Amino acid sequence: MLSADPVEGLGALANDKAWLVRRGRRLDVTLLLEVGDTSYLLRIHRGRVEAVDKGPFVMPRWTFALRASRDAWATFWQPIPPPGFNDLMAMIKTRALKLEGDQHPFFANLLYFKELLALPRAASEGGTR
Amino acid sequence: MSATPRPELEPVTGRYLRLDIQGKPHRFYVEEAGAGIPLLCLHTAGADSRQYRGLLNDPETLARFRVIAFDLPWHGKSSPPAGWHKAEYKLTSRAYVDTIMAVVDAMRLDKPVAMGCSIGGRIVLHLALEHGPRFRALIGLESGAHAEPYYDLDWLHRPDVHGGEVCGGMISGLIAPTAPEADRWETIWHYMQGGPGVFKGDLHFYTADGDVRGRVAEIDTAKCPLYLLTGEYDYSCTPADTRDLARRIEGAEAIIMEGLGHFPMSENPELFLEYIRPVLAEIASAPKAAHATDAASRV
Repeated sequence: MLSADPVEGLGALANDKAWLVRRGRRLDVTLLLEVGDTSYLLRIHRGRVEAVDKGPFVMPRWTFALRASRDAWATFWQPIPPPGFNDLMAMIKTRALKLEGDQHPFFANLLYFKELLALPRAASEGGTR
Repeated sequence: MSATPRPELEPVTGRYLRLDIQGKPHRFYVEEAGAGIPLLCLHTAGADSRQYRGLLNDPETLARFRVIAFDLPWHGKSSPPAGWHKAEYKLTSRAYVDTIMAVVDAMRLDKPVAMGCSIGGRIVLHLALEHGPRFRALIGLESGAHAEPYYDLDWLHRPDVHGGEVCGGMISGLIAPTAPEADRWETIWHYMQGGPGVFKGDLHFYTADGDVRGRVAEIDTAKCPLYLLTGEYDYSCTPADTRDLARRIEGAEAIIMEGLGHFPMSENPELFLEYIRPVLAEIASAPKAAHATDAASRV
């Protein structure tokens, strides 16, 4: 089920994982994800990724945004990422990743977002994690 | 841990210890196993002594060391002192050192080795400065002289965010990606079980009160050897932080542990043993002369 675009494939990777959907069961947010100069809006409701729209957008509305370079995300999505790129908070510390907007749903559901955004790793190695 | 073919009692025993710290009665939970040189193990911020379950079950270590791990007040099965509900918990260097020395005295530990991780790795630097001759050796895991916070610590303790979920989520990435799944999630679970505000209160020591940058150069490793080991995936206390610390202390050496993060003894106990066994062997085989100053310098 590996999509050529890791972000566009997130819904297919996430929505059949009952444990992940359950972890995000209280979520109702729109996440702006920026991979270099490409932006995506992820509509997440009750733990399911209901839509992934690819930009550019004229007037996007979102709850919070995560922005990093294409290289940073590519390194993060390696099956075994190197130190500094294995975790969203690691990349926030080194400023490779920027978090903007309403941080509350991000921190209140931190494990959900860490697991969700790491899903392309398992896909890229054919794993089932 | 691997599959257990039949029910098995571990060699680890737990007891409660009552003693006063800074004039207040406390009830501590203490685990131990093995016999020989006392090896006092200090857990990380917001966690408890279960982090040392691998070492407490390692036959090679238990043959030469009496491994002891206790839960700090407010952590694990050690209760907070009476009146906790009207106090904000904030760990200080003074309280932390006094607590460790009170436990050493109460258990009559003669020249123990103390090994601490993270906040424990920081406090062994304070122990080296204030009580070095009382220890046979000190081991700092994920040890740096200071740490800058990189997120708003208030997220760790507020009524509209589940403390267990956010503390577990905050530390999960400090575990190396190659850690065994069971040990990774056991380590996260310990954080999820912490009391409200306890992890945040420990980080007061880690990010503010326990800053020891200005004093580490005074550490005398001739009085007490100091070993520093840090995991390559630790972005809280980075390998660079530990190397910087080692440069400031004459006679200290930094060992960078590949494939490990901020919780080496808990996230991957087997791999950690490969790094710590040679250190413990060196400490155990050090000539007595190297430790001859003790009895005389005991307070």
